[in-house]
Amino acid sequence: MKDLHHLGAAELGRALDAGRVSSVEATTHLLARVAAHEQLGAFLCVDADAALQQAARADARRAAGERGALLGVPLAHKDIFVTEALPTTAGSKMLAGYRSPFDATVVTRLAEAGTVTLGKLNCDEFAMGSANENSAFGPVRNPWDTTRVPGGSSGGSAAAVAARLVPAATGTDTGGSIRQPASFTGITGIKPTYGVCSRYGMIAFASSLDQAGPFARSAEDCALLLSAMSGFDERDATSAERPPQDYAAALATPREGATAAQPLKGLRIGLPREFFPAALAADVDGAVRAALAELEKLGATLVDVSLPRTELSIPVYYIIAPAEASSNLSRFDGVRFGHRAAKYDGLLEMYKKSRAEAFGAEVKRRIMIGTYVLSHGYYDAYYLQAQKLRRMIADDFQRCFERCDVIAGPVAPTVAWKLGDKSDDPVAAYLADIFTLPASLAGLPGMSLPAGFGEGNLPVGLQLIGNYFQEGTLLHAAHAFQQATDWHARAPSSF
Amino acid sequence: MATTSKLIRGYEVVIGLETHAQLSTRSKIFSGSSTQFGAAPNTQASAVDLALPGTLPVMNRGAVERAIRFGLAVGATVAPLSIFARKNYFYPDLPKGYQISQYETPVVQGGSVEFFVGDQRHVVQLTRAHLEEDAGKSLHEDYAGQTGIDLNRAGTPLLEIVSEPDMRSSAEAVEYAKALHALVVWLDICDGNMQEGSFRCDANVSVRRPGAEYGTRREIKNLNSFKYLQQAIDYEIQWQIDLIEDGGTVQQATVLFNPDTGETRAMRTKEDAHDYRYFPDPDLPPLAIAPEWVEQVRAAMPELPRVMAERFQKDYGLPAYDASMMTQGKAVGAFFEAAAKACGQPKLVANWLMGEVSRRLNAEEKDIADSPVSAATLAALIGRIADGTLSNSGARQVFDQLWTAGGEIDAIIDAKGLKPMSDSGELERILDEVLAANPKSVEEFRAGKDKAFNALVGQAMKATKGKANPSQVNELLKKKLS
Repeated sequence: MKDLHHLGAAELGRALDAGRVSSVEATTHLLARVAAHEQLGAFLCVDADAALQQAARADARRAAGERGALLGVPLAHKDIFVTEALPTTAGSKMLAGYRSPFDATVVTRLAEAGTVTLGKLNCDEFAMGSANENSAFGPVRNPWDTTRVPGGSSGGSAAAVAARLVPAATGTDTGGSIRQPASFTGITGIKPTYGVCSRYGMIAFASSLDQAGPFARSAEDCALLLSAMSGFDERDATSAERPPQDYAAALATPREGATAAQPLKGLRIGLPREFFPAALAADVDGAVRAALAELEKLGATLVDVSLPRTELSIPVYYIIAPAEASSNLSRFDGVRFGHRAAKYDGLLEMYKKSRAEAFGAEVKRRIMIGTYVLSHGYYDAYYLQAQKLRRMIADDFQRCFERCDVIAGPVAPTVAWKLGDKSDDPVAAYLADIFTLPASLAGLPGMSLPAGFGEGNLPVGLQLIGNYFQEGTLLHAAHAFQQATDWHARAPSSF
Repeated sequence: MATTSKLIRGYEVVIGLETHAQLSTRSKIFSGSSTQFGAAPNTQASAVDLALPGTLPVMNRGAVERAIRFGLAVGATVAPLSIFARKNYFYPDLPKGYQISQYETPVVQGGSVEFFVGDQRHVVQLTRAHLEEDAGKSLHEDYAGQTGIDLNRAGTPLLEIVSEPDMRSSAEAVEYAKALHALVVWLDICDGNMQEGSFRCDANVSVRRPGAEYGTRREIKNLNSFKYLQQAIDYEIQWQIDLIEDGGTVQQATVLFNPDTGETRAMRTKEDAHDYRYFPDPDLPPLAIAPEWVEQVRAAMPELPRVMAERFQKDYGLPAYDASMMTQGKAVGAFFEAAAKACGQPKLVANWLMGEVSRRLNAEEKDIADSPVSAATLAALIGRIADGTLSNSGARQVFDQLWTAGGEIDAIIDAKGLKPMSDSGELERILDEVLAANPKSVEEFRAGKDKAFNALVGQAMKATKGKANPSQVNELLKKKLS
């Protein structure tokens, strides 16, 4: 058997079923790794005792004859999900020491599936960022090169899975916060269709865009996690009312007309020409095209398509997301919970000082942008225009899907950059979101899977985008690719 | 319809009302917490009401159902799709930092409310009615310089009903508000308790010279009694006219009414008005109301006051004013109809309800439901008038007895000796005495003065202590004088 920490979620589940390892053993082993790799900055809190108790309970359930693909599998949650048993900070000083009286729906569902929670994972403050340098509790480092960023905002989740500290983790994706860090750290992550995972208990950044999703080592693992996490929740009015989905089964179901050699026969993959601009880094371009060639070998056909408003998705997103954020973050006023300034003179000063002291620069910047674009006299010119364009971007995708089943391209224009490289230039960081924003704005499912390596032996991700509720199609294609390649199985050498 | 408005000091008054009716759902508009009034502070505030991180609003269908009921009752359009919007501002009793309301696309669009001022019928057009959540309460007393926050009320469902500026006097505004109040209580969508704030009005008031453009309005906030509504508007009208007459101009402002001084005072002016940064709430999908839902609600609606009033006119021959009075509330309507059917004298029933019964109820601050005299008893009493057993004054005496002590009508008539004089010999004897005692009137009558006859009838009734049947007295007197 491989070292315990090299087992993916599904593999570990099978090992637990076979009695080759216990959940307590696995949990103990991984807790030791978490402690040994604190310098990555991936974890914000760990509760070893509670984790071991959960593991013991899972072992007892298994001993009593119960089975479950995730029963006893350790994982950790992005610290944007509220938890009753562990503190929740959203990466912000605003919520230092905050304890939620309830669990997020995603957390509850994974607990019901028998997973063991090791702790909470670092992230950009209120999920705002694409490098995980905006956390009030310090940056996260990329396990492939610790001088580099892991991507964001779910940087802690991505780094923890990539460094083999946990087989799986939860994340959230508003404009790419699952796909981009998965790409930067060489792991698999999926952002489902808006509405597939409940947002109840996810601290809101931009409500019309926020979606939860899993990080894991493979599409197979992601399918297991997503099956457990997703489903209708009456506490979230934007949650999609549909029956529970078994993505693992979708992944194992062969396509019509497929053969063993060509499992993707008949799958039409659209390549938006705007996703391959001249400015795309050569190493990323090379890895993505090689992966596409591999998909062709597996039976897929490549189709040229166009998403003409790809560039516009940047201003559209950076109007809509901050607008919603500026309102969502108003509840952090120091009145009922969260940071309150020690000294203040009057109500207005209490608000001003509490918020000025506790919010970081990027959060303040987005609150200001959002407040501005919603202001009287600017609303029509910014917010309303952005909403119109958002609908047009969604329509563009539907035109593409008349000609293809999935869309493919790079996740990010470059591999992971150095810590500090873009921290003084927020616009440069915003521009790097270009390939993940369109699917977010359209509410479509998107995933990132390891496609090879680029400059500095840093991972490059391939992005797959599906039509609404086509998570099964994406996971199936990704699984077929991962059966034929081993990029997803590569681990960073020091881990 | 509003006729030519009366001018005040040469100015026409223009009034529009925004009314907040608290909807009578058991739970809040976006959470499962109870809406019960008067609980200990913050005992009815859930994680959602406290706006704890990660919480989300979920629409209460009961509140929507009540909005539909209102929309149908006022003949409005119930929007098949309406949008919830966030109204952003910071205040400690507003937990999310925004209020969920409806802005550009409300659930109820248009409609009208009818009412009488005196016997003059008016119709006020409605602009809209929208669903929104209430804020909590800031408690500035009892906390030694600090402010207490009670979030029990936060998230209570409100229907904000906005009228067109169709009213031209405080009396019209008050009658409109009363009609609206009666309607929401009738529809069972609001308990109408004004002291607890379940029904409160904001009045937009402006004045202008006849024929001129609308003047600049000032908005008087949070009037929770009809009396204050009237006083505040009357004060505001005089204040605005004084200002204009002194050469000033009215500035748009939000003002508060102080019941102790009877004055209005500006709270904030346009310059420091909030920019609420309204935008569609991304947590709530557009509110979709299928035609089937509207039809379900329509089928379960009680008979509407204006429909009932029309029926009372048609079936019972009531004048329009009486019919409107008999449909001020469901209980009055039912009382009227039961009594009218039982005695077959609808106009007399209406007269009694508008007269003696309402005088008694008002004096004792009682509702018709608490009337000690039931519809059946009132009908029986009116029956005794119709069959000539009781004169009106006799009936009033019986009614007073029934009201204060109860009892059986005929027994009271006997006990009070109100039975009419059926013995015509006895009556003739009394009439002879009356004629003998009033020779001057007899003489005048014979000289052709009809008035003198009435005086003689009066004397005769007095002499019989009201027990005589007036028509019999008439008849006998005429015979004796001819």
